[in-house]
Amino acid sequence: MDYFRAVYVADERSPRALALTAEALQFNSGNYTVWHFRRLILESLKIDLHSELGFVERMAAGNSKNYQMWHHRRWVAEKLGPEARNIELDFTKKILSIDAKHYHAWSHRQWVLQALGGWENELNYCTELLEVDIFNNSAWNQRYFVITRSPFLGGLKAMRESEVLYTIEAIEGYPENESSWRYLRGLYKGETASWVNDPQVSSVCLKILRTKTNYVFALSTILDLICSGYQPMEDIRDAIVALKTTDMDKQNNDDDEIGDQQNLNIARSICSILEQVDPIRINYWIWRKSRLLPST
Amino acid sequence: MSRESEGETNSSAAEAAPPCPTVTQRDQWMVESQVFQIYQLFATIPPNAKTLMLELQRDNHMEFLSKGLRHLSSSFSVLDSNRPWLCYWIFHSIALLGESVDDELEDNAIDFLNRCQDPNGGYAGGPGQMPHIATTYAAVNTLITLGGQKSLASINRDKLYGFLRRMKQPNGGFRMHDEGEIDVRACYTAISVASVLNILDDELMQNVGDYILSCQTYEGGIGGEPGSEAHGGYTFCGLAAMILIGEVNRLDLPRLVDWVVYRQGKECGFQGRTNKLVDGCYSFWQGGAVALLQRLYPIINKQMEGTSQIFTISDVSEEKGILDGTSSHATCHDGRHEGTSESCSSDFKNIGYNFINEWRAQEPLFHTIALQQYILLCAQEQEGGLRDKPGKRRDHYHTCYCLSGLSLCQYSWSKHPDSPPLPNLVLGPYSNLLEPIHPLYNLVLERYREAHEFFFAES
Repeated sequence: MDYFRAVYVADERSPRALALTAEALQFNSGNYTVWHFRRLILESLKIDLHSELGFVERMAAGNSKNYQMWHHRRWVAEKLGPEARNIELDFTKKILSIDAKHYHAWSHRQWVLQALGGWENELNYCTELLEVDIFNNSAWNQRYFVITRSPFLGGLKAMRESEVLYTIEAIEGYPENESSWRYLRGLYKGETASWVNDPQVSSVCLKILRTKTNYVFALSTILDLICSGYQPMEDIRDAIVALKTTDMDKQNNDDDEIGDQQNLNIARSICSILEQVDPIRINYWIWRKSRLLPST
Repeated sequence: MSRESEGETNSSAAEAAPPCPTVTQRDQWMVESQVFQIYQLFATIPPNAKTLMLELQRDNHMEFLSKGLRHLSSSFSVLDSNRPWLCYWIFHSIALLGESVDDELEDNAIDFLNRCQDPNGGYAGGPGQMPHIATTYAAVNTLITLGGQKSLASINRDKLYGFLRRMKQPNGGFRMHDEGEIDVRACYTAISVASVLNILDDELMQNVGDYILSCQTYEGGIGGEPGSEAHGGYTFCGLAAMILIGEVNRLDLPRLVDWVVYRQGKECGFQGRTNKLVDGCYSFWQGGAVALLQRLYPIINKQMEGTSQIFTISDVSEEKGILDGTSSHATCHDGRHEGTSESCSSDFKNIGYNFINEWRAQEPLFHTIALQQYILLCAQEQEGGLRDKPGKRRDHYHTCYCLSGLSLCQYSWSKHPDSPPLPNLVLGPYSNLLEPIHPLYNLVLERYREAHEFFFAES
């Protein structure tokens, strides 16, 4: 470290200084000052940056959860430009094959796509990952990233129809999977009316409610829909009432009421059911219920 | 807590041939089985043993922390560029426990941090290194935690301001260090430091709101960079920063609330991301985010009203509530927090201070007893120190954030930010009670107040 300090203070930009940074980084890969100095040397010496990618990869083998290393990698890739694209996509893919939710790898991959391109296969890649693990929220997030930003796809609106079908299938397979429910909601971002009015949404909720298993997200989706203007039809109302247990307040007989009051009652019922079947969130459901109506 | 709630049966029960579990499912079930084993044991033991199991091992934690301090002077290579963080994690934990260390040790820490201070502003990860915003945050928070004239006066605010200005990017974000990475964490650590030291201004706040807003994802939480996955750490950072610059109303708060509350699972602790594993440190990042959101009901209500087509929620109820005294969502009389995005130029300087002075008793949105249960039964190591989860090793980072989360839970229902909670809100013996914190900065409240007096004296 003393040798390193000497060349650092002298701002020596030589091959030996470069070698010393490598040594220093073995000692402590989190030393951002050393990484920064290394970049200065690489620039001054006009070193071929392809070999630098190799260096970073060797460092990654030691510890891949290191901000500095990933930042350095981004810097190198940016300098190399489009020719680094496939290398970077392969590199992140490798990391993700070991840890499919690696946060830095995903950030880097997103940066590569935006800065260097390579969008063509990305949606397929997401589908592959989800086939292996439908619960991989990072893959769902990446899917959203692709459909909203890929220059080869038409954007959220254009992709909505096919994505809704895809997502509903995922929901029906594993209704307990939060990722797919959030993704479904995300497909209508900024267009609440479309979400409320799309019969596919309420229809998948109804399907799940009728199975009487893993229905927490189906219920909360109906609740959110009602709060955005949705008026549930009889079949949904019946399915919800069927989930109430004997100790729940059955005084709100929905048959007697119509319109807003009926919707209000159903929403209240949903909150009551959720207080019971999703007890870890009891305070949240109580709060949601309180936001529904004026105190009577 | 371990009883599977109705409707949450394993999907394979409903299918003929259960498919092969995915990595997510396998990992999750492994953790659940470890955690439930602990809870089941707990459920079967007599009350005295229960109290013992729930006891915060103060002495052992202090010993672990003191040992860490002694090591600070010797080599600790991987964290060589993170030593201010170690200082903060350790000293903050000690302060949360209501303890203190030798004057000499404190003095050494102040001197050490001073040697990390760059002559051109900011604090580095170690002497001789480049200044870095995150280590600056850690150093400043440590010095405030240590308190006292020498400590607080050692911070060169003018130079620090210059450093923050140099790190400021046109897109609103901040670089962590000279040509370093830009992300939401950098925004928070920069804004937090500027706010607490009273050097926040329009130049620093410029476009920060735009940047953080672009990091809120379709899930409702906030990611590290635009497009990145919603993540507990970044969610806390983004939310706190938005509050400090007076632009929190720009976030989709109902979605944010919904995302965060779903991060608490049947293990009782919080996970960092959807479908990932519980981790003790998120007790603060996620728990803290909820604690902040609880103070924003007037704004959240307005946003919910805005999207609601059927229910006119707040107007009627709050008015009635105020009239007959049943309203627990008393509106903040400070106009800024009622949803206006324009803040008077000098108002933002007092946001941090007003945040705790305009405290109201609000019911928490997460399950505070359950989280305490996770921290005390699963995150505590009996020999001292706290950890991510059973099976993981203790460390100072997790000790800091588990304890910070514990404090949040204990004070979550309080009428005033530092009024002692009722015993039934503190899980375990009442001696488990920690010091209260300021949730925007994660500083022990008493120390924050001292710092506020010191740094805001002139204005």
